[in-house]
Amino acid sequence: MKKQKLLRRVVFFIMAALATMLLAGCENYIVLNPKGPVAETQYRLIIISIILCLVVVIPVLAMLVYVVWRYRDKPGNKAPYTPEWVDSKTLEIVWWGIPIVIIAILGFFTVRDTFALAKPQDPETKPLTIQVTSLDWKWLFQYPEQGIATVNYIEIPTGVPVQFVVTSDAPMNSFWIPQLGGQTYTMPGMAMGLSLKANEPGEYFGSGANFTGEGFAHMQFKVVAKSQAEFDKWVQSVKQTAPALTKDGYKELAKPGISDKQFYSSFPPELFKEIVDKNGGQYYKQHEHHMKMNQNTNHGDMNHDANQHMEHGANQHEMSGMKADK
Amino acid sequence: MLENIKNFASQFFVTGDPLIYGADVSIVLTTLAIVFVLTYFKKWGWLWREWLTTVDHKKIGIMYIIASLLMLFRGGVDALLMRIQLAFPNMPFLHSEHYNEIFTTHGTIMILFMAMPFMFGLFNIVVPLQIGARDVAYPFLNAVSFWLFFLGAMLFNISFVIGGSADAGWLSYPPLSENQFSPGPGQNFYIWGIQISGIGSLATGINFIVTILKMRAPGMKLMDMPLFTWSVMASCIMIIFAFPVLTVTLALLFIDRFAGAHFFTIDGGGNPMMYINLIWIWGHPEVYIVVLPAFGIFSEIVSTFSRKPIFGYTSMVFAMMIISVLGYFTWVHHFFTMGAGANVNAFFAVTTMAIAIPTGVKVFNWLFTMFRGRIRMEQPMLWTIAFIPCFLIGGATGVMLAVAPADYQYHNSYFLIAHFHQVLIGGVVFAYVAGLIYWWPKMFGFKLNDRLGKWAFWFWNIGFYVCFMPQYALGFMGMTRRLYTYGNWDLGWAPLNLLSTIGAFLMGIGFIFQAWQIIYSIKHGERDVTGDPWDGRTLEWSIPSPAPHYNFAVIPHAAGKDVWWRMKEEMKQGKAKQEKPKLEPIHMPKNSGIPFVMAVFWFIAGFGFTFAPTDITFGETKLTFVWISMAVIGLLGVGLCMLARSFQYDTDYYIPVDEVKRTEASLGRVV
Ligand code: HEM
Repeated sequence: MKKQKLLRRVVFFIMAALATMLLAGCENYIVLNPKGPVAETQYRLIIISIILCLVVVIPVLAMLVYVVWRYRDKPGNKAPYTPEWVDSKTLEIVWWGIPIVIIAILGFFTVRDTFALAKPQDPETKPLTIQVTSLDWKWLFQYPEQGIATVNYIEIPTGVPVQFVVTSDAPMNSFWIPQLGGQTYTMPGMAMGLSLKANEPGEYFGSGANFTGEGFAHMQFKVVAKSQAEFDKWVQSVKQTAPALTKDGYKELAKPGISDKQFYSSFPPELFKEIVDKNGGQYYKQHEHHMKMNQNTNHGDMNHDANQHMEHGANQHEMSGMKADK
Repeated sequence: MLENIKNFASQFFVTGDPLIYGADVSIVLTTLAIVFVLTYFKKWGWLWREWLTTVDHKKIGIMYIIASLLMLFRGGVDALLMRIQLAFPNMPFLHSEHYNEIFTTHGTIMILFMAMPFMFGLFNIVVPLQIGARDVAYPFLNAVSFWLFFLGAMLFNISFVIGGSADAGWLSYPPLSENQFSPGPGQNFYIWGIQISGIGSLATGINFIVTILKMRAPGMKLMDMPLFTWSVMASCIMIIFAFPVLTVTLALLFIDRFAGAHFFTIDGGGNPMMYINLIWIWGHPEVYIVVLPAFGIFSEIVSTFSRKPIFGYTSMVFAMMIISVLGYFTWVHHFFTMGAGANVNAFFAVTTMAIAIPTGVKVFNWLFTMFRGRIRMEQPMLWTIAFIPCFLIGGATGVMLAVAPADYQYHNSYFLIAHFHQVLIGGVVFAYVAGLIYWWPKMFGFKLNDRLGKWAFWFWNIGFYVCFMPQYALGFMGMTRRLYTYGNWDLGWAPLNLLSTIGAFLMGIGFIFQAWQIIYSIKHGERDVTGDPWDGRTLEWSIPSPAPHYNFAVIPHAAGKDVWWRMKEEMKQGKAKQEKPKLEPIHMPKNSGIPFVMAVFWFIAGFGFTFAPTDITFGETKLTFVWISMAVIGLLGVGLCMLARSFQYDTDYYIPVDEVKRTEASLGRVV
């Protein structure tokens, strides 16, 4: 049985290697290391679902090992053999019952949090709005209240809800900052909301998660959370030192290609609305009437003039799990 | 002139990549070798009579399986190329465009041109034998299905050297897959390759439903059918509802690309979200289409190798039927993040989780089939036992993904990649391999070598976990799918990617062992002289191996479950009636070349349509006219083939009793 020993050793070695690699650098598991309320809710759900799954998986695996070992076909195996035993009402009820109960519990938490995350995060505080546009292959961020814009770089104040309004001027992408919360699609012609908040200062990794072609692998960006005072200082310095983003400048930026971080001290005020409209946003206005049906939240804070239109867009998607548009 | 030809060739062929030139050379050499061998051994006639024109379900099944193994090889090589690139993200091995083409073709080939035909191959070989029939309900249509699949797959595959491959992902979401972002023929190859083979799949779905409903041996009630046959039924029901959706969706996409319509571009008033919904209304049922037969295969194997009937038969059937219905109500879980809203997401989250219930029940029933049985660790059973933990974990991560708000964190990440490979490899591939080994003796009359098979088994299994477990971790590290590099942003992803690549290569070695196992066994495999090498339970084991082309000399009377097992019991107790069955002439369908010719015409039409929307020029002239004529000729040919078939009256014949007697005697059976 030398072969078996060797095999066991190989398996052991592989397991050990796996374990060290998986455990090395826990802080790398950014999804499991949330820094904002949305990501925390999602993290809790992840943990609940892992536990509930393990409750089923571990006993079943144990049973499998036991059954296969006990009933293997070996001369002299004394375990019972009942070739005619094919049915048992009681057992069947038990194992229809177990998954039903587990799924019911998990379903309860899922539905509860799906609705909870569709509500405003922090309705009392006025959020900071950032308009996000995914381009081929870079991210444009506009701060309508501050009047500045950036590429592949976001700075936000800690503890303040941030209302991202996302669209795309390129194929559909997905806007994702794992430590602050899950992603949402950016779609041409539509403006959708995603409300996130950073609990503590820090640098967070963000990226485009939905494939958009050649330069897609270069669509990561950095999110820096700072105190409100530092954030204001940063806004001032961008205003004073950076160039302005012009319409032509935007056209240049929107051309396929990858880009480094950029900063702009101003941008054409209607730019975001124009991006949405030019990609078909106007067709959504006609749906306004229909969309009002979904109104279960109010849109107060999103009403700044640059996105009169965008409101419909966000409005029609408001039920989406993640983004509370307000 | 020469200049024009050169210019045309540079637009028509894929150029500039040494890997592609290598492939060109090997394709040409292989083709030459095949032509040479066929000519040298004077096998052209044999090829035409025995294979290209056959309507025998067993031969069609074998051709399906050969094709799918070739596709598994191609898809596997693609996978290894990607894994090499990801292990060394800074190495300029695959540049972005090439990587994108490869994951698109890998995904499409693995699902549509590997899993589907492998599955159809097993349907073809097993179902008629299991229900005691002499062929499928529509043998001619069956051949049509196969050739449509095959030429569709070829059309998709040649994009690799001609015109360039699709590179917008295996489901080709617009607007990325629209002309604006993906000009050129690649995307059209994708559309037409899938369209042509999709018609074949739909026909197969209809064919097998009718076969199962109408052609069972006398006495076999629906609730007596072997579970594999039941799973085929469930799968085919899903096919006939799902595939038309795919056909329509891709047709609309093609109209967008060809005629500049705006079904799926929002700037013309269309809607890409519509495409995403439609494609998943096909796409989600599709994964159940391939996994239900896998459940069927495991049910047969567990029962045979535990020497016990399947536990809870009724509940197994019920579970499969629930899955086939529920499978239609989960598609939105592929895009929770599109923002359909809390009501919609909550609904689809719950339906998705609900599918875990019948699936879990099946696992318990398999366990209790083994419980108090006698488990023989033969190869098929090994794969089955490996499947259970693998699918259990894959299913559990599936439930995790179904938690809609949590999915906002898993979506499009390596967590998702790990999940679906775990269910597709651990569920589908393991099952089809197990099924292939199990039914191999029935197909070819000998068993596959055990020792090599076990090596393959261990390499696949260990390789699988080494490859995909780290990917769950990568998902938690925020690594998104479809990245050809992450060199400039490494967040500790590199070591795990390297490990994953090692695992992929272990599986590659497993595949080599399987190829070797087949070649070795052709020469040295243990002959199956009894026709019942595994001590089986269902009708296919009652006839000689390989099955004679009329399958059953006498159609058995098949009342009750596990018919063959009970016949054997009765024989042992000497209770079986010894009276000689009365032989009658056997009514069989005639071979026909029309299916093959028709599929070739489809190929021509597909090729024309593929290039019609492109700007390829010869000198100054655009070639649109040429491509359109090609498409028209192809479609006319298809029409003519149908016409020819409608006027063919001489489509069947009788095998005389004498010949049946002779055949049976040569197979060692007394009749
Ligand atoms: C044999 C081992 C396999 C390996 C090592 C492997 C590896 C991979 C890799 C590296 C990717 C690309 C990930 C990315 O960059 O996003 C991928 C994608 C994919 N694979 Fe596999 N794969 C294997 C088998 C299979 C099988 C058997 C199937 C299906 C039956 C399958 C279906 C897919 C699909 C559908 C995709 C997604 C393609 C897309 O993103 O458009 N794979 N696989």
